[in-house]
Amino acid sequence: MQNPYYPYPVRIDEIFTETEDKTLKTFKFVFLDPEDEERFAYQPGQFAELSIPGMGEIPIGIASSPTEKGFVKFTVFKTGKVTNYLHSMKEGDIMGIRGPLGNAFPWETLEGKNIVIIGGGFAFTTLRSSIVHMIDPANREKFKDIHVIYGARSPGMLLYKDELESWAEREDLNMHITVDGTDDPDWKHHTGFVPAVTEQESPNADDDTYAIVCGPPIMIKFTQPVLDNLGFKHDHILMSLENRMKCGIGMCGHCNIGEKLVCKDGPVFTLAQLNEMPKEY
Amino acid sequence: MKIVQIDKSQWTSGIEKLKEAYRVFAPVKNDLFHDFKALEKDEAPDFNFQNTRLSPKSIVYPQSEILFRYSLDRESEEYGILKEDVKEKTPKAVIGIRPCDAYSFILVKRNFDTPEYKDPYWLEEYQKSTFIGMACNNPHPTCFCTSAGSGPFNEEGLDALVVDDGDHYLGKLLTEKGEKLFSAAGWTTEAEASAESRIEELKAEAESKMTSRVGTDNLKNQKMLDLYEAPFWEEIAFSCINCGTCTYVCPTCWCFDIQDETSGKSGVRIRNWDSCMFPLFTLHASGHNPRGNKVDRVRQRFMHKLKYYVDKYDNGIQCTGCGRCVRMCPVNIDIRRVCNMMNSYDPESCVCEVTSA
Repeated sequence: MQNPYYPYPVRIDEIFTETEDKTLKTFKFVFLDPEDEERFAYQPGQFAELSIPGMGEIPIGIASSPTEKGFVKFTVFKTGKVTNYLHSMKEGDIMGIRGPLGNAFPWETLEGKNIVIIGGGFAFTTLRSSIVHMIDPANREKFKDIHVIYGARSPGMLLYKDELESWAEREDLNMHITVDGTDDPDWKHHTGFVPAVTEQESPNADDDTYAIVCGPPIMIKFTQPVLDNLGFKHDHILMSLENRMKCGIGMCGHCNIGEKLVCKDGPVFTLAQLNEMPKEY
Repeated sequence: MKIVQIDKSQWTSGIEKLKEAYRVFAPVKNDLFHDFKALEKDEAPDFNFQNTRLSPKSIVYPQSEILFRYSLDRESEEYGILKEDVKEKTPKAVIGIRPCDAYSFILVKRNFDTPEYKDPYWLEEYQKSTFIGMACNNPHPTCFCTSAGSGPFNEEGLDALVVDDGDHYLGKLLTEKGEKLFSAAGWTTEAEASAESRIEELKAEAESKMTSRVGTDNLKNQKMLDLYEAPFWEEIAFSCINCGTCTYVCPTCWCFDIQDETSGKSGVRIRNWDSCMFPLFTLHASGHNPRGNKVDRVRQRFMHKLKYYVDKYDNGIQCTGCGRCVRMCPVNIDIRRVCNMMNSYDPESCVCEVTSA
């Protein structure tokens, strides 16, 4: 019997500090057994348990895209026991990854559609995965217009800065980067909160347009009326939830919202689904 | 259907004989209460009980269980890599389990044995266990198994059902596992032809003694958010002290935590029973807590057992009617009362039947 609690052993190949306050680092992992990489076949929107023997496990969204081979990437905010320890680990250290877990964004539905990605702060990780996946030469023509609205408190708090700049130059991707405020006179992107930039830049919704929204609760709260005004139906708005988790496979009972389990039935839900669920997230 | 007759002395000697091939679990008296215990050689069980204080779930699903071992010795090649813990292979014989408790494993199996994932620890222990039930001739006043999909003579989840018929037992064989255990114990004397009707007679008598009835027929029809938003939760939760006793004694509460315990340069990844009654159960690392208030957690426990489970599996409630939480709750919160309130709730008028248990 395959043991779903067993993490694949990995080596930390590279650690990159993403933000000026050093609370966010991206970890690039390489599987010790190359066959484990095939077993870990994933889709953007899924997550995994990062497993550090002696410390425990922590569920984190996968930031790399399945189109990127030879490694997997996770961007981790330093906040609790496991993530604090992870931030102190070094390149070359051995740990584990258990997954992929969860349901991913509904890629079969999203193909052939306009996509509006709305992200805020450090919830941008699985959105990076999605963008890299969609703009891959093998996939780009499967999607119509792609808009990305991404905001952070300040330029130094944006994730994946180099990639953002290269994406901003692409013809096949409409990038709208914003910061709450900045004193940088050379800042060439938007200034203002994500809901306001969404109102300005997002296309109107039709049946062929889906929004993927990931961000802090306050951003989501103020973005929702904007999306309503733009005409997004609630089953065309996708959101990714987080709850405390242990097993990641729907058994330990920690992450339930009503009869749904965030780890197994989610983390991706449509707003229409969330409207039918208790607000326990 | 094969029924055997077992004299009481044969019963005792048979259990002793089983210890050669099985780890035998049976009720023993411990001060005021009975609890299941792995019997030592010559240690005799005591079947003079209504039910054990704790459910026998720990025989399949230990309260604390090692999942993996690891080394934190940087010199070692196994540094940072988990190794599966080696489990004992001896089959388990669970003798004298009440039908409600045997039925609980069927309810819990739906959680640990899913199309997508199998829990190898739970399933291996379950599969290597043989459950020999002891029918309830005298149900406790807090028992309501007949309202919960089970019953004092229920056979679901059992490999054999043993009925106390005065000076002897009648053993009804239900599965091959049960037959194998009975022949290992030497319980092979075929009962008289009247045994079957005698069991039916005792069963009817036991069922007629059940005084508690709970309504569950309308739970499926209720809208989940109507029940979730019903006005009675504050009242139900008012006296709760979040002690977690209900989840601890419940045969169908399966939630668990996973923790790493390190000692020196090696350690174990273990899982422990956990409880949705505790605030830490849902606390995010950020400090946010989706069920931060007591009423949220009390509602979660009852909604899970009586609504979420009903909707998810369409196979009854996640409760066997064993009555332990009713007997053990220090502040007299009674699931029978809550179930009747949920079942009879009318969202239009916000009215429900309130019964005193």
